[in-house]
Amino acid sequence: MKKFDKERLLLAVAGPVIALVSAILLTSVVLIASGKNPFEPYGLMLEQVPYSDVQVLIINQASLYYIAALAVALGFRMNLFNIGVDGQYRLAAMMVAVVGAHVALPAFLQVPLLLLVGALTGAFWAGIAGVLKVTRGVSEVVATIMLNAIATSLIGYLTLRDNFGVLVGDNVTTGVMKESGWVPGIDLGEDVGEIYGLVFLAVALGIGYWIVLNRTRFGFDLRATGESETAAAASGVNAKRMVLTAMLISGAVAGLSGLPLLLGDAHTYSLSFPAGLGFTAIGIALLGRNNPGGIALAALLWAFLEKTSPALDYATPVAYEKEIATIMQGLIVFAVVISYEFVRQWGLRRQQKRVGAELAAQAANNNAKKEVAA
Amino acid sequence: MSTATIAKPQAKQPGKGGRRMSLPVLLLVIAGVLVLTSVVRLISGADGITSTGQMSTALRLAVPIGLAGLGGLWAERAGVVNIGLEGMMILGTWFGAWAGYQWGPWTGVAFGIIGGALGAVLHAIATVTFNVNHIVSGVALNILALGTTRYLSKFTFEDAPQGSSKQSPPIESLGTFDVPGLSDWLNTLNEKHWFLISDIAGLVGGLITNLSPLTVVAVALVPATWYVLWRTSFGLRLRSCGENPVAAESLGVNVYKYKYIAVIISGGFAGLGGAFLSIVASNVYLDGQTAGRGYIGLAAMIFGNWMPGGLALGAGLFGYTDSLNLRGGTTNVHALILLLAILLVFGAAYLAWKKKYVSAVVTLVISAVMFLWYAGTDEVPRQVVSAAPYLVTLLVLSLSAQRLRMPKADGLPYRKGQGK
Repeated sequence: MKKFDKERLLLAVAGPVIALVSAILLTSVVLIASGKNPFEPYGLMLEQVPYSDVQVLIINQASLYYIAALAVALGFRMNLFNIGVDGQYRLAAMMVAVVGAHVALPAFLQVPLLLLVGALTGAFWAGIAGVLKVTRGVSEVVATIMLNAIATSLIGYLTLRDNFGVLVGDNVTTGVMKESGWVPGIDLGEDVGEIYGLVFLAVALGIGYWIVLNRTRFGFDLRATGESETAAAASGVNAKRMVLTAMLISGAVAGLSGLPLLLGDAHTYSLSFPAGLGFTAIGIALLGRNNPGGIALAALLWAFLEKTSPALDYATPVAYEKEIATIMQGLIVFAVVISYEFVRQWGLRRQQKRVGAELAAQAANNNAKKEVAA
Repeated sequence: MSTATIAKPQAKQPGKGGRRMSLPVLLLVIAGVLVLTSVVRLISGADGITSTGQMSTALRLAVPIGLAGLGGLWAERAGVVNIGLEGMMILGTWFGAWAGYQWGPWTGVAFGIIGGALGAVLHAIATVTFNVNHIVSGVALNILALGTTRYLSKFTFEDAPQGSSKQSPPIESLGTFDVPGLSDWLNTLNEKHWFLISDIAGLVGGLITNLSPLTVVAVALVPATWYVLWRTSFGLRLRSCGENPVAAESLGVNVYKYKYIAVIISGGFAGLGGAFLSIVASNVYLDGQTAGRGYIGLAAMIFGNWMPGGLALGAGLFGYTDSLNLRGGTTNVHALILLLAILLVFGAAYLAWKKKYVSAVVTLVISAVMFLWYAGTDEVPRQVVSAAPYLVTLLVLSLSAQRLRMPKADGLPYRKGQGK
């Protein structure tokens, strides 16, 4: 088996590398087509990285992406498409903000309470789709998309000033949370900013994800159901229960994904809270191959693209459009899925050839022996 | 892939497409709902729910959803799940507006179709040639379409007069027309607020008042799709690729070719829907104009059991709930709560008759809550109105999903020669 591992490593690395290279090339084609320098934007974006304040921004943003992408990946591992991470995350963030503004416990109780509220809200919202799927057979893809839109309306309703809305300046918010619920960050100085304290939550969730999926019976069942529902059912896995459980856990993780920002910096929920996080997370989970380490790299890459691209707008002497980063993200996702499939087939062919060669050698051996015996 | 588990083919007669309602029964149900609506209108005094204007708006909003749904139908009948409809629609809105403001609305329509089809080519390459998971490819396409159109707007619309990076310059209108005589007559009839007659007049009147030529084209595409897919040999081959590609291949059908054609036509439909949004529904391209209509179109298609007729019904339903947003939504939706409550009582009675007592009681309780809600309030919050189309989608799907039958090989990977 040792020899096999090298082969697997080659295949695992080949996919993302091919994808990134081709995405960069395609983006350059877009740049050439719009009459721009095809390579300078990458340089401009990379020049941003050494600045510590940009690094802090990237790490903070990546922590949100990472948690959301873990939620998506959990579903992917058993062929469930939780497209509703976005709605789950926004609804959960709002509920946490509301609870945080109205409940005042000591910090060692308040923070766990808020995390619990976030996880439960996310799980509840995802659970609706899960229940509809197992009892009524509604595709979770359509159901979660609808729930995203309904979440928008529900948040709009709950943040009305008759309900939980509080006017701060011109913005309708949920009111500032009690300070015991603020999670202190790592302060790196006045100009640099703070790394959110809950970045460690993201790390912990990543480790937890790996342990649960790879070292527990539940994780095995989950992956087995994803690989083949019938085979899993034959070995005694209750597929319906797995669907519901996976959906609930995925929703709970999604519910946590906005909290590093909420508890670390914003301390209130308003309409300026980033939307679309859940959709971005789908791309990140794909790029990271649903693997906790891979997702971390992908989340950092995404955050890098997002946090360094605004500099393009102000670049001198020639400014570039920062939307080029969005195009690049779309191209990366496409390139990733195509290259993974391509590499998988290439790997299969290599394997078939090798097995074929071994069998042929064996057959030749056998023939030779027979001739000796005869 | 996950959609493959929506409906295990449980229908005993798959030949009938899983439809259990015969035409007379269906018509009877529709007539019953119409009578009930009329009753509710008289009780609540919300005359808006069947006014000509409401119906006309509903039709205008239903068209893009229906076109997206038709797009989904073409792709899924050939076995390719198309969640990229949203992205193809976005491309349609942008290309439609871009060509429309420069060379006139009809050119815009043509470019909208081309824009959608371009997105579809990408989806087809990924899903058919490379066998990428269909939903993954669709999601990627949606991201890419959004980024591309935003990027392109910076080069085109920003420099144009009256345009900005989020909005195109205004496009000339395609014009509208009424059916002479009939429209006015039906409108007067509708305004008399008579029981049932005025409601029917409103419904029919709305369908023939203030029509855009593109609406007529879109409506005509529903029967045209049905004819091509179910009455021509081309359609038979295309559908066979979605039901059993291996068998189709053994009969000499070039499965790849048909899948490509189907997906590209699908993109054309979605692009047309997008062009309708930017050229007819409003007269500019706006960033985020599609607002998830591609997804709703997909839901309309699933609701319609992968059939053009059902899809049109679904699109009409969503168009109607969506139109409440624009016209006196809060009181009208309030009236519709009563309608829903009454319908649920009928549903409970039906369930009790079928001896499903638990479900019957649950339905009855929900119905009672609805009645209380109706009686205790005068209007619903705005947010309920804006969520209405999505709530209705979920409700309808949860009531009907188990009777649906998708094309058998929908969303499954296929390789040439895999059956050998």
